[in-house]
Amino acid sequence: MKIHKHEVIIVGAGGAGLMAALYASKKADTAVVSKLYPTRSHTGTAQGGVGAALGNMEEDHWEWHAFDTVKGSDYLADQDAVEVMCRDAITTIYELEHMGLPFDRTPNGKISQRRFGGHTNNTTHKAVMRACHAADRTGHMILQTLYQQCIKNKVNFFNEFQVVDLIYNNGVCSGVVAYEVATGEFHIFHGKAVMFATGGWGKVWSITSNAHTLTGDANAICLRRGIPQQDMEFFQFHPTGIYRMGILITEGVRGEGGILLNGKGERFMVKYAPTVKDLASRDVVSRAIYLEVRQGNGVDGQKYVMLDVTPPTVNKYFQEDDARNPDGSLRHLTEHDVEAKLEDIADFCKTYLGINPAKQPIPIQPTAHYAMGGISTDIDGRVLLDEQKTVIPGLYAAGECACVSVHGANRLGTNSLLDLVVFGKRAGEHIAQYVQNVPFPELPDNATDSIKALLENLKNSSGKETVAKIREEMQDTMMDNVGVFREKVGIEKAIAKIHELQKRYQAISFQDKGTQFNTNLLEAWELGCLLDLAEITAEAALVRTESRGGHSREDYKERDDKNWLKHSIAWKNERGVTLKYKPVTITKYQPKERVY
Amino acid sequence: MEKSKATLKIKRFNPEKDNAPHWESYQIEVEPTDRILDGLNYVKWYQDGTLSFRRSCAHGICGSDAMRIDGRNRLACKILFKDLGEVITVEPIAGLPVIKDLIVDMEPFMEHYRAVLPYLINDDPPPPDERYQSPADRAKFDDTTKCILCACCTTSCPSFWAKEEYIGPAAIVQAHRFIFDSRDHGAAERLDILSDSDGVWRCRTIFNCTDACPRSIEVTRAISEVKREMLFRKM
Repeated sequence: MKIHKHEVIIVGAGGAGLMAALYASKKADTAVVSKLYPTRSHTGTAQGGVGAALGNMEEDHWEWHAFDTVKGSDYLADQDAVEVMCRDAITTIYELEHMGLPFDRTPNGKISQRRFGGHTNNTTHKAVMRACHAADRTGHMILQTLYQQCIKNKVNFFNEFQVVDLIYNNGVCSGVVAYEVATGEFHIFHGKAVMFATGGWGKVWSITSNAHTLTGDANAICLRRGIPQQDMEFFQFHPTGIYRMGILITEGVRGEGGILLNGKGERFMVKYAPTVKDLASRDVVSRAIYLEVRQGNGVDGQKYVMLDVTPPTVNKYFQEDDARNPDGSLRHLTEHDVEAKLEDIADFCKTYLGINPAKQPIPIQPTAHYAMGGISTDIDGRVLLDEQKTVIPGLYAAGECACVSVHGANRLGTNSLLDLVVFGKRAGEHIAQYVQNVPFPELPDNATDSIKALLENLKNSSGKETVAKIREEMQDTMMDNVGVFREKVGIEKAIAKIHELQKRYQAISFQDKGTQFNTNLLEAWELGCLLDLAEITAEAALVRTESRGGHSREDYKERDDKNWLKHSIAWKNERGVTLKYKPVTITKYQPKERVY
Repeated sequence: MEKSKATLKIKRFNPEKDNAPHWESYQIEVEPTDRILDGLNYVKWYQDGTLSFRRSCAHGICGSDAMRIDGRNRLACKILFKDLGEVITVEPIAGLPVIKDLIVDMEPFMEHYRAVLPYLINDDPPPPDERYQSPADRAKFDDTTKCILCACCTTSCPSFWAKEEYIGPAAIVQAHRFIFDSRDHGAAERLDILSDSDGVWRCRTIFNCTDACPRSIEVTRAISEVKREMLFRKM
């Protein structure tokens, strides 16, 4: 077994991991360990934009961005963290531009910005142009730019190394155990600090925008080592996924003027969000689509509605709404705009649906998209051990796997890319400082024993269950019972099902017994992670008897600030899931009713 | 949607068992709009778990699942059964060492990528806000910013098959992205690297790369723009 010694070990090579690596590697010996080649990370699929109140198109202020974020979060976000994110957004976007990020430009050469759901002018309450974009491949450009900078700065990468355990004894974190995919060998990465940046776990649900590889690895590893997860009942369903496939269609489509139409051809969002209509927050729009379908207003009686960005429809509603550009002229959309500003969307529609979105509407349904919850951290990315906010020295997390919390109960579009770069940077800077002042912790004996045994057991099992079957049953039960809408009976059914699947998981077997690129084994291990996260999500959802943001209870339809304006913290042990709570940090935005 | 029968004829190689690659066929039922990747997953999940391939995003952005499908380089997640025949051949992309089944060693490819200095070079102190760039200047390199490093182009290139030292279309695309960026100061250095005998002149304008690119980048055009820039600058 190989032991690699680096001061900083970063697990995951998406936006947060790479941003942290850039900063940590300026002062400390840093290694990035990732199960994928960095440019395969899911940050690359983010489309519409990254939010920052640059004010390049019209008046805007970071304080407006902060308020919109808090309101979008249904007041569950920690406001000190939101203020940091929205204030730092501006300098961080400029910094990305200096690194070479090819943003689209205004006629006078500045970074171009577009409208996005939930982002408003706080005086007029109309949508504001805040999302900085590079066509509809903003995430791709962020990921490429950060990777390019890492190459320039000669960051050490260990690609296709699956991290399977955290070496964490008596409150001391001394590294991680990784399984080298190409050879099947175990490696220890011995460090002074470890940072997790492994992304989300959308694969818990059957319809998802998430990659096959988004299986919540770090979150499951932490749970197994006694480190809790925060706000796990809040998972975002993005309103516009391609029907049946779940592939994301950016909110930028609606930012450019796209309209949601039900089976009767009605623009139904006017009923649910009279002011910003189609550009309401994602939770609001996803619920509206479910309600329309439930009322029999889906297209052809099916579970989908249409997203229409064809110029005749868009321009009709621009006229009806009297939608104006900042210079006062009436907004107008052309087929060329659709092709130029939504190039990848046009490509997806052509490839997977055989349609041209400039001429035909797109069939869409809500798709499991983003984890608001995750590993609890402070604003410097330091992982917190409990509801008392006890810091674990040397352990960090950022990005989707973490929960700062800036997204609360519902994330605004463009704030995930922002979260990655702002808190990835802060964590990277903090780690670089931290490792200057501490020695390498001692590695415990037998650090790899338990995880090796777990993987060997998986490989040698001769049971009758299959990974595919168990995964499918988990995804279906979570989609049906712990999705956009939830209620007690359904959630309890899901919990019972997950428990059954966890038992059956002990009896899975698969054919590949080899050591090289055994993706059979990896899928089996990842399924174990998904089951843990599904269980925690359902348990936390059952206990929260209110509706807030992405957590919508049919049996408790109202938000209940008196009892539930608090974060959940969940632990998992042999006896099941334990939940505790901690208060939300409120600075200047007092909770009030949320209307769009 | 109605299901129909399809056969995936896959080139298999297990380094722990096989001396040479061999073909195996799998009969599956698919919907016409299923991706080839869905078919491969079906085989792996329900018929033969040892089948190995890379995949992640499954919608043509991450670039993991480049393979040779019916003789042409494609992303398995970006081509549908309805667009192919009943029997479909699937092989690893050519010109890189095969590790297992459809998985190749990407390191030689990434080495060529790194060789062109694929990052913005500009040591001037940055302004407090953004560097300005006109939409026209931004448009000059728009096409080449789309590259996802999937290797479809380079591994479809006969010049690369003939000589693995040839830097290949993907690396030239990446160089193009910076050479034509008005904010970049490293063009001379990159053009010098690409003027090497294994550089841009090894391109024989065969257009396989352009046909193979799943991001519809006009690769051959980008290469010719780099060639022209090299000639223009040297005069």
